Amino acid sequence: VLHLVTTVEQVRLLERFSNKSTSGTLHLTATHLIFVESNNAATTILHHHIASVEKLSLTTSGCPLVIQCRNFRVVHFVVQRERDCHDIYSSLLRLLRPVSYDELYAFSYNPKQNEQQREEGWQLIDLGAEFERMGVPCDRWQLTDVNRDYKICETYPRDLYVPITASKPIIVGSSKFRSKGRFPVLTYFYQEKKAAVCRCSQPLSGFSARCLEDESMLQAISKANHNSRFVYVMDTRPKLNAMANRAAGKGYENEDNYSNIRFQFVGIENIHVMRTSLQKLLEVVGSRFLSVNDYLLGLESCGWLRHVKAVVDAAIFLTKAVTVEGASVLVHCSDGWDRTAQVCSLGALLMDPYYRTIKGFMVLIEKDWISFGHKFADRCDQLDGDPKEVSPVFTQFLECVWQLTEQFPQAFEFSEWLLLQIHEHVHSCQYGNFLANNQRLREELQLGDRTHSLWAFLLREQQNYLNPAYCPTYADAHPVLEPSTLPCHFKFWRNMYHQFDRSMHPRQSVLKNVLTLKESNCQLEDTIKDLETLYKDFSTVFLIVCLFYSMCSYVSNCFVGEEVTECCSDTERTVEGSSGTERKESYSDLQETYGAKAEPAVVSLEFGVARMTC
Amino acid sequence: MEFAELIKTPRVDGVVLRRPFLPTVEGTLCLTGHHLILSSRQDNTEELWLLHANIDAIEKRFVGSLGTIIVKCKDLRVIQLDIPGMEECLNIASSIEVLSTLDSVSLMYPLFYRPMFQVIEDGWKSFLPEDAFKDLESMTEEWRLSDVNKDYSVCSSYPPLVAVPKDVDDDTLRKAAAFRHGGRFPVLSYYHKKNGMVMMRSGQPLTGTNGRRCKEDEKLINATLRAGKRGYIIDTRTVSVAQQAKARGGGFESEANYPQWRRIHKAIERSSILQESLIKLVEACNDQSHSMDRWLSKLEASNWQTHVKEILTSACLAAQCIDREGASVLVHGTEGTDSTLQVTSLAQIILDPACRTIQGFQALVEREWLQAGHPFQQRCSQSAYSNSKPRCEAPVFLLFLDCVWQILRQFPCSFQFSQHFLVLLFEHTYASQFGTFMGNSASERSKLNLSQKTVSLWSWVNRPQEVERLSNPLYEANCLVIWPSVAPQSLLLWEGVFLRWKRSSRCLDEAYDEMVHIIQYNKELQNKVNNLRRQLAQLETEEPLLQTP
Repeated sequence: VLHLVTTVEQVRLLERFSNKSTSGTLHLTATHLIFVESNNAATTILHHHIASVEKLSLTTSGCPLVIQCRNFRVVHFVVQRERDCHDIYSSLLRLLRPVSYDELYAFSYNPKQNEQQREEGWQLIDLGAEFERMGVPCDRWQLTDVNRDYKICETYPRDLYVPITASKPIIVGSSKFRSKGRFPVLTYFYQEKKAAVCRCSQPLSGFSARCLEDESMLQAISKANHNSRFVYVMDTRPKLNAMANRAAGKGYENEDNYSNIRFQFVGIENIHVMRTSLQKLLEVVGSRFLSVNDYLLGLESCGWLRHVKAVVDAAIFLTKAVTVEGASVLVHCSDGWDRTAQVCSLGALLMDPYYRTIKGFMVLIEKDWISFGHKFADRCDQLDGDPKEVSPVFTQFLECVWQLTEQFPQAFEFSEWLLLQIHEHVHSCQYGNFLANNQRLREELQLGDRTHSLWAFLLREQQNYLNPAYCPTYADAHPVLEPSTLPCHFKFWRNMYHQFDRSMHPRQSVLKNVLTLKESNCQLEDTIKDLETLYKDFSTVFLIVCLFYSMCSYVSNCFVGEEVTECCSDTERTVEGSSGTERKESYSDLQETYGAKAEPAVVSLEFGVARMTC
Repeated sequence: MEFAELIKTPRVDGVVLRRPFLPTVEGTLCLTGHHLILSSRQDNTEELWLLHANIDAIEKRFVGSLGTIIVKCKDLRVIQLDIPGMEECLNIASSIEVLSTLDSVSLMYPLFYRPMFQVIEDGWKSFLPEDAFKDLESMTEEWRLSDVNKDYSVCSSYPPLVAVPKDVDDDTLRKAAAFRHGGRFPVLSYYHKKNGMVMMRSGQPLTGTNGRRCKEDEKLINATLRAGKRGYIIDTRTVSVAQQAKARGGGFESEANYPQWRRIHKAIERSSILQESLIKLVEACNDQSHSMDRWLSKLEASNWQTHVKEILTSACLAAQCIDREGASVLVHGTEGTDSTLQVTSLAQIILDPACRTIQGFQALVEREWLQAGHPFQQRCSQSAYSNSKPRCEAPVFLLFLDCVWQILRQFPCSFQFSQHFLVLLFEHTYASQFGTFMGNSASERSKLNLSQKTVSLWSWVNRPQEVERLSNPLYEANCLVIWPSVAPQSLLLWEGVFLRWKRSSRCLDEAYDEMVHIIQYNKELQNKVNNLRRQLAQLETEEPLLQTP
């Protein structure tokens, strides 16, 4: 049993981009860090969200403690006594390094839900049904049970779809020639042209090795599509990286050995480059008194938007090959669980309107990310592991989706709030969905029996994630999205990377307002129906006196009330945060707080952020 | 001079018009004195009517006998005309060149334009200084309206009537005017009802190198201070620029002579630098390169967003002095006709809810830009594409509009107008059928007798159908001071102007329409519910049986 500090008083929370602070009490529980201000407003941070804790050197006002979170929250406390600060610091360090999955929040998280609801939550998404929706199995593609016991590839799911002509020896042979046994399998089937999107890892080709079964496998994929005489092989890595891999006995497909392939590099950088890039971006935008020039130069030099654009460009290439040329495409990178997942899922999102709905988007993540073994545990640092394995690959995917929602405001059923909420929970370890690195491990952990599903939670409150501008018929005219890839259309995602820095957000949210109005429209429609029925009854039934009287009292009690006034101003829309109690304050309007706070004593002449705490 | 002399080829058939994201149109090209017209002469195809005044630059290209003219407009649009016949093409090009650069004010289109709509309210009379002063009078008695400048002799860029402290007589004003750049003595710009503090504006004081002083000027601005209170002077220039100005006879208020004032220097750039910034920004936006690094570095090098941030920061500072510090403020730069007006007008957007309405914003533009003597004609005679040597061009007003748009984005429910209104103003400052933005000052407009000879833009804008088009459906009056964030992450590129012609806006327009629809539908439903309830209530009272329970 750990000895933990539980409560420290007289702690100040500094505002990140101004000189203001609030004081209150810091509480440490087994799962959360809670700061309660004197007015009872609370800031709650889940331990799993904390990426780092730093104790800065003592100042005259106290001992500073800076906490950086994976959801991009940065909190800066000043604890009056150094001793207290040290205690919190060391307690947190012990809490932040779970070494086994059992310590994660998902196993203790207990919403008010019965066992049946919990089980139903896990049954919401059925990938078998998803492949059926795509039209698979069919006369060219079939379900194979080779991986039934995770023997061929332990990072793949049990159910895999392969060309009918790919026999078991071909599959087994091919898997031996692919890194981590991740042989080519179907991930998306474009019914209209019977073109397939397949994924795998890099071949173990070295400088000259070849594998007849692997060649047959690609041949089978090619043959399964009568539209095209060749299959594209997209290596999502930069050519230089792929070539370097040859020295380690890996590499890429030699066009001479594979008949009917067209090989293409698309140049997305690896997880290490992405990690460094986002770190740099956060450093740039985290600095106080940032000038516009430093901001733009920082955006450029960190390369983040360039990488985001590279992923979108690759997805567009994939989409065009499939939808325009009707060709099948095999996508891989090194291990086929990072860049490959990004490109396959983003490509499917461009090709298939279903994935642009809330449910469809969940299915997409379940399929291309969770089931195909994106290493969430490693990439999101769920357990105390190798820091070199951590990388914001999934965050980057969510950002690519956001960039698309900005270009096609009517095409998506969901708003960015869904993306933010998913991001929140990928790191919260509160639900079982994203725990561990692959399906085999998840089954071992019996997550389906011991934890709750995020999808059920999100679907239950899907009202909050709707995009009010969504137009379901948009997909009829634009089944395939064709985004512009001009750099000026890629923007910095402030609402992700500054989601807790309220001072930078618009003071009023169009999204929130319109969403509320849309909901109110539905309620008003119902009210009108009721009133009309009542009115009809009322005018015909008055001869029956008794009934008449009871009706009238009903009417006067229930309906002849006050006039309807604006419904949107008083309903506060909040999105539940990780703790289940925390309000995502960043989403709520600040209107209520105008004029409430004390005015500053002196005019600050060098404010990077004009004061907006009015 | 007759226009006919300038038009060598008035008409060419078989011209093809190409515009990004729109279908090409083949038709007849006609040149008139003021317009370039392309019509397919079929019913349902759109015609192009382009004011010559909107043309910033043209380029000619030839492939065999097919000529191509690329027309670059001041509203930043670029269109292409394919003209069969080399001679025709050359003639058209040279005519456009001449017609789009006519200097003579008497040939400008507003003087020829006859409205095709009924003028309900004459915009020339909508925002008279007398009327504005009546509002002020209802709030305070400390100010008076002086006609010291009635014949424009004290200050050529001021209107005939200006608001000044009641206790200061016209003689003092004349002497103070002699001490200020361009005769622009301190006048009232804004009265903050909440605490009675004021914002004034002026030209720089002419202290020169030997520190000249003017008792009347000191008296004038001190008259605006309450006993024992200090005021702030916001000089929109950096200290070093203000120092350098002394050598040319200008300068700034010294602490010794203005002990009750604290001077703060900001760094809003001068007009030539702003023009260069616009040119670079538009060049960056038009770059077809797919390199992210190139785009970001060009955007950075343009410095446009830096100017936006600097102007907004200065305006926030002025507003803060007034609202938070409870102090009066005097704003000036060098001439007091550019950066000064950016600061004073934006501070009012922040402080005064009235300025965020459609009418109020027009009044603000009228008061703080047109009447205040911003030289629109000089500043807006060329835009971002022009090859001619720049004279006094600068996107000072466009930067102001951009700043308003930034605040609008941050407070999307607090403005009665949508960004369409801002875009419309941007267009009309550069090329217009209306006389509103002609001339450089009230005195020039009066000499040209524009209020008689031209139609006011406000006459057009204030028609019900136009008001509706420019309205913000999300508007809910917000009587509070609105403080924008000026962090670089909060400032956005104004796509509605700078990327307007770079992509198909259909998706965004449709989404906007959908939003408007949801809001309107909500209003309809609310009305319906209220009506039904009223009817039910009526039935209840009308039914006698009910009244005897």
